[in-house]
Amino acid sequence: MLAYILRRLLYAIPILIGVNLLTFALFFVVNTPDDMARLQLGAKHVTPDAIARWKVEHGYDKPLLLNTRANGSAQFTDTIFFKHSAAMFVFEFGKGDDGRNIGNEIRTRMGPSLAIALPVFVIGLLVNITFALLMVFFRSTYLDLWGVVLCVVLMSISGLFYIIAGQYFISKLWNLLPISGFAGGIDGLRFIVLPVLIGVVAGIGSGARWYRTIFLEEIGKDYVRTARAKGLSEVRVLFRHVLKNGMIPILTGAVVVLPLLFMGSLITESFFGIPGLGSYTIDAIQAQDFAVVRAMVFLGSFLYIVGLILTDISYSWADPRVRLQ
Amino acid sequence: MNTAWLNFDPVLLWTDALILTLLAGVLVLVWFIRRHEHLRAPWRSVAQRPMAMGSALVLSVFVIIGLLDSLHYREKLPDSLADAPHYSVDVLSVFDAMVGDLRTQQEKTYSEPLAMQLYAKEFVQRDGVAVREYPRLKFGGSHLRHASERVPDITRRSLIGLAQGLAVSLLLFGLLAAWQARRTQNSFGEWFMLWGEGRLDWPGRTVAVIVTLLLMMGGLLIHLAAAYHVFGTDKVGQDVLYISLKSIRTGLVIGTLTTLVTLPLAIGLGIAAGYFRGWIDDVIQYVYTVLNSIPGVLLIAAAVLIVQVYVESNPDLFDTAARRADIRLLALCLIMGVTSWTGLARLLRGESLKLRTLDYVEAARAFGVSHTRIISRHIFPNVFHLVLIAIVLDFSGLVLAEAVLSYVGVGVDPSMHSWGNMINGSRLELAREPVVWWQLGAAFTFMFTLVLAANLFADGVRDAFDPRQGGRQ
Repeated sequence: MLAYILRRLLYAIPILIGVNLLTFALFFVVNTPDDMARLQLGAKHVTPDAIARWKVEHGYDKPLLLNTRANGSAQFTDTIFFKHSAAMFVFEFGKGDDGRNIGNEIRTRMGPSLAIALPVFVIGLLVNITFALLMVFFRSTYLDLWGVVLCVVLMSISGLFYIIAGQYFISKLWNLLPISGFAGGIDGLRFIVLPVLIGVVAGIGSGARWYRTIFLEEIGKDYVRTARAKGLSEVRVLFRHVLKNGMIPILTGAVVVLPLLFMGSLITESFFGIPGLGSYTIDAIQAQDFAVVRAMVFLGSFLYIVGLILTDISYSWADPRVRLQ
Repeated sequence: MNTAWLNFDPVLLWTDALILTLLAGVLVLVWFIRRHEHLRAPWRSVAQRPMAMGSALVLSVFVIIGLLDSLHYREKLPDSLADAPHYSVDVLSVFDAMVGDLRTQQEKTYSEPLAMQLYAKEFVQRDGVAVREYPRLKFGGSHLRHASERVPDITRRSLIGLAQGLAVSLLLFGLLAAWQARRTQNSFGEWFMLWGEGRLDWPGRTVAVIVTLLLMMGGLLIHLAAAYHVFGTDKVGQDVLYISLKSIRTGLVIGTLTTLVTLPLAIGLGIAAGYFRGWIDDVIQYVYTVLNSIPGVLLIAAAVLIVQVYVESNPDLFDTAARRADIRLLALCLIMGVTSWTGLARLLRGESLKLRTLDYVEAARAFGVSHTRIISRHIFPNVFHLVLIAIVLDFSGLVLAEAVLSYVGVGVDPSMHSWGNMINGSRLELAREPVVWWQLGAAFTFMFTLVLAANLFADGVRDAFDPRQGGRQ
């Protein structure tokens, strides 16, 4: 087991290097520091001097890969690649355009992101499984048919509308909850309820429908027929056998997104003014802050790969038939 | 090509060219499928599903509008010479020409749906005295003399529109019934009985209801839009119905062209990885794990920023605003395609791994059939249903993604009509007092209809093509 995890971890390194090289190519080779400077300074202030000054301020005045003017190992270390791309492997993200340390920002903003994303994930999972089980219990009836139609209808509504409608009706019209904002501790609960509620409702359509197909696939299997032949009631078959076996694909599918919860949701956080990583990213995209976008790309990829490794481990844990080699 | 004799200059945008190519490809595919019974069978099963047929009809309305909106041209300026014509900088489409006044009838600012007055009070000179009141619209309801005439007029126009729609649909139904009765050698009454009891070999009742509803809606819109702004006007006074209709093309382009980009990557790399295994498999798996691990929105953001820089530093390549917006739309499709081929590729890889061990593939290899031939004759036809299901399932997700990306600011060009841009603009309108809700409402209605129809159609296609679903009740 340990050797397997170790090998998976080693396998993650080339992938992270690939991500790093790709972002380096996108942000520095295709889009040169000169281009970035021009975009940031705006059309009016573009002079060679201003571009040079901007590059010095952001540390982009060095050669990309090889510094011929330096001596010894500094030839490789005193370059944009080493300072801005390779440094991310030790989570050195440098500073954003606002002069703040990106690493610090990430640490302080992870909390608020998790405060929204984790409840949405957990409650959403429970609600979706409940709905899916209900539909499976009433399968091949009109209740099931209309349940599926309702799921498709819910799926067809853009996430933006859920947020806009929720904010408009619940906060603006009926004044039940604050429209946006965030606070720490127990006081912050009233800010969290609405985004979590909307996040859960927005996910029901696709989630419940997907879990329904998983459960239906299980219900056609031999062990279910055996359980029924034994004389077990339909409720017992559903909860003791189908639910348990159906949980394997559901949980392992959920594990991969677990680490990504740290990243938060771009749209939800920006609509509700939550100071998490999602709104940080969206602000960076809109302000064209390349350092922050680059850091978030690396962080996102890192968390995704962690998720992949956790998925592999959880497979073997949930299903002993899966052998790790 | 010398087009001086035309009184317009045809403009072929990049996305137009690709859409027309796609259309040609679909037509060839339809022709091919019609000639092969085993390919026709699942489609016949799609055509027998009421839900799938109904949504296909709704989709086809969107597709027709989108196609008409993809034939672009520039008008010749009236004062230009015959041998050296000058053309307007505005790129129009056949659709623009068809809706005519809807595009040009611009008000001053916001007005409510079906209103005859602006939404905000202004100072108006009346008998030499400045009065603060709601000014009349220039076009919306301008034929009315008094506000009390508005409601009766709207009712009258609606009823005429609905009645005309119903009449056309009854006429069509009569013709269809006559043709079908002749073909099946039933009497008119017998066919009608079969239709009424739902015993035809196609979902006749659903089709009739949907067509009637669509025609009645069309009649209603045509009659009301002739004299009013049916969905009101936006901040600069542009008709919201027109903007919503123009947005259809953007949504369709993103939903279809993105898939067109993903297909060669997903099919080529997915099958190659599964069929050849070994180091080819390792390399392809590595590439798609790397691409997959980068958060999609961020990769798209980075790519869109790069395109923006490129367009700004090469202004001479893009002579009109439409071309600039178009290249950004194309770039968006490309980059969304590059980020989204991995799912299908993984699916095809797994399927090819299974197929390559089957007896007939082994036999082909033993006979010395080349790899390309094995892949094209034995592997590809057996994974084609997966490709098709992926195309229709992805479509609605891509249309929805456009709205989110436009909101983030990395979607289509802000000057391009799209539902994402409409939603983005309506955020501030909802914070206004009194609320401006119609732009959001219109975007919601159109987007929801398209995505719902696409989802229901995709379900039908998947049920018909997926062999795993076949045995279940």
